[in-house]
Amino acid sequence: MAKANEIKYLTAIKTEKRAKKFCRFKKYGIKYIDYKDGEFLKKFLNEQGKLLPRRITGNSLKYQRKVSDAIKKARQMALLPYVTDLLK
Amino acid sequence: MNNYELMVIFTPVLSEEDFKAAQKKYTAFVKENGGKVVHENPWGLKSLAYPIQKKTTGLYWVLEYSTPSDFNEKLQIQILRDETILRFMITKLDKYAVEYNNRKRSGVPSNNEKVEA
Repeated sequence: MAKANEIKYLTAIKTEKRAKKFCRFKKYGIKYIDYKDGEFLKKFLNEQGKLLPRRITGNSLKYQRKVSDAIKKARQMALLPYVTDLLK
Repeated sequence: MNNYELMVIFTPVLSEEDFKAAQKKYTAFVKENGGKVVHENPWGLKSLAYPIQKKTTGLYWVLEYSTPSDFNEKLQIQILRDETILRFMITKLDKYAVEYNNRKRSGVPSNNEKVEA
């Protein structure tokens, strides 16, 4: 009776290695998130213009808060919509 | 002397020289109250993400200045009295923000582009 680990497959089981998420602000040393830079902030919004959660953007807590503050300021100054469809 | 940044949206119906006159008025107001204008950046006519007071476009103007801390109160009174202004926002700039603005103005590609990947 072949034990489980002795089973040799012809081709190795392809486990799709997902790229390790990293906080781009810590990695590239960005210290200030500008609320006037709409294009850059759009990366953190989904199609409806809602904020993406941390587990998707991969940001650290400190910078996720700075991003959300910047986005709320941009929304206040009508640079970003509060709610929309097909924002991208 | 703290660093602040004022962003103002004027009504789009404002003519070009009124727009210039308003800018001069506020920069003069900053200077006469012992402040220093670091940088002035009129974006001009831009479409708004959502209509404000039934208008879909606005004249944007960004002013970076440093003043003693009691000045913003007076500035706010002036701005609220001026009805050609749809909306304004005064943000306090910390040292990273000031350094970011200087780097952005001096043409160094800010690291947001680097992060495009």
